[in-house]
Amino acid sequence: MSTALLTDLVIFVLSLWVGFEVISKVPATLHTPLMSAANSIHGIVLVGAMLIAATTNSWVGYLIAFVAAMFASANVVGGYVVTGRMLKMFRKRPTATAAAPAAAAPAAAAPAAAGPAAVTRDGQAS
Amino acid sequence: MSGFSFTTQLIYVLAASCFVLGLHLMNNPASARRGNQFSTAGMVIAVATTLALIAHAGVISATGWIVMLAGALVGGGVGLYAARTVQMTAMPQLVSMFNAVGGGAAALVAIHDYIRVAAAVSGVGESTTITTLLDVIIGSVTFSGSIIAAGKLQGLITSAPVTFPGARVVNLLLAAVGLGAGGYVISTPSLAGLWIVVLASLAFGVLMVMPIGGADMPVVISLLNAFTGTAVAMAGFVIGNWALIIAGALVGASGGILTKLMADAMNRSISNIIVGGFGTGDTPVAALPGAGAGVKAIAADDAAIQLAYASKVIIVPGYGLAAAQAQHEVAELAELLESRGVEVSYAIHPVAGRMPGHMNVLLAEANVPYPQLKEMDEINPEFARTDVALVIGANDVTNPAARRPGTAISGMPILDVDHSKSIIVIKRSMGHGYAGIDNELYTDPKTSMYFNDAKAALAELTSAVKTLVG
Repeated sequence: MSTALLTDLVIFVLSLWVGFEVISKVPATLHTPLMSAANSIHGIVLVGAMLIAATTNSWVGYLIAFVAAMFASANVVGGYVVTGRMLKMFRKRPTATAAAPAAAAPAAAAPAAAGPAAVTRDGQAS
Repeated sequence: MSGFSFTTQLIYVLAASCFVLGLHLMNNPASARRGNQFSTAGMVIAVATTLALIAHAGVISATGWIVMLAGALVGGGVGLYAARTVQMTAMPQLVSMFNAVGGGAAALVAIHDYIRVAAAVSGVGESTTITTLLDVIIGSVTFSGSIIAAGKLQGLITSAPVTFPGARVVNLLLAAVGLGAGGYVISTPSLAGLWIVVLASLAFGVLMVMPIGGADMPVVISLLNAFTGTAVAMAGFVIGNWALIIAGALVGASGGILTKLMADAMNRSISNIIVGGFGTGDTPVAALPGAGAGVKAIAADDAAIQLAYASKVIIVPGYGLAAAQAQHEVAELAELLESRGVEVSYAIHPVAGRMPGHMNVLLAEANVPYPQLKEMDEINPEFARTDVALVIGANDVTNPAARRPGTAISGMPILDVDHSKSIIVIKRSMGHGYAGIDNELYTDPKTSMYFNDAKAALAELTSAVKTLVG
């Protein structure tokens, strides 16, 4: 077994442990964005596709490089954009744009916009 | 190692650190977006470093540049379009397709490496080919398996389990052919042998996913996600790149954890899933004596009054809610109840959607604030002090029969819906869940059944609350 392979194996095993540690702390509510973020991260195989394109000189090699680069960059771009789209929807409080009954939405949204003074005033008024 | 390649490896490790940090920041919805940006920064660093490496080496042809850029532009464009336009209900299909192309790309990297090395006169070093073969096998299985999974989720392929007599024998044969050819191409460089491995792996991926029913999809997607990560890590071994090894291991770990969580939530062991194929729980189970009798139906007005005068309501959404696209209606009802001072929260079972966390995303899209979305362990103690539990399109995950031994779902973790003071179940009919057994919750004296489509029922409830007590 070569030193290079041994080094690679050590890195692989330690990264697995780091992965288990870090990801077991992700709450269930974010598991779908976690998976699409993982999609984006495994798009790193794009690096491999680029290196094929750089070293090959046969048409088979170019074909493989093209398809691999296409697949991998779909992962990178798509995974990142869709993860961002989902995470943007996770809010701590309902927003004013929600189809809320008239009574609830302004009361919840106005204090946030107008500051503490407005809270007291609104509270007394209602 | 030259100074330049030393530096590039260090930068690759920096990129990989960004991935770790990005995943770490996903431990909280508030910091998760920053986490996504960190991961992407890592990706930009890695790609820029690779470009510098290629330019520095100076062996790339003009065709090579064009092929690389064209592939990246086409793939990036398709990925961008899919990511921008996908419906949140279709997220499992998209993630499955992303798994497919990730696995496919990893397999292609290994195939190319094998072709290149096999063409060299000296033959192939043994350690190189073992990782190459693993990459080819795992990547190809992921590619075809994920496409089938996406097809099933999209409804292009029947979501019912597809089996045929002797399927297991065929699977074993394929595994034998793949491993036999694999052993051969390690000892003797042979392109034909490699293609046999590829074809056997592709066929194996198809046959692995075809027998799996729609309700088991959360496990399958997670498992294929883990496969993709592992395939990418193997590609890192093949080309000697640490960024790929680390990133692949992280994704493999992520998929592994999710697979375990989903399998536990569905009461299946991982070994049962991998070795024994996916059982689908479709063996007919004798109905309990008296089941189906004693069901109490309720009208919209009565249900609305119960909800409006409750002080604490827990909503239990299941896949039926997502299938009926009723997440906006349920959010509207919940907001109306909250404006009347009712405490509303959502109890989310781990397999409530078609992939891990799917229901949370659907409800977040409908503007439900995430602090209201409670995980099973967190919400279960709260049912005892809940006035009304509103069950919408969830079945097996609420069945108290799971607590007894001897049923098809025994041991499956469930939501303790039956502990609440009263229960309203919105359901189209008395049909069974995927486990094919009667839900004892429905015959509980505390339970009222509201027979209707989820979307229509919720709209009726909302307007009834408004007119009766508004």
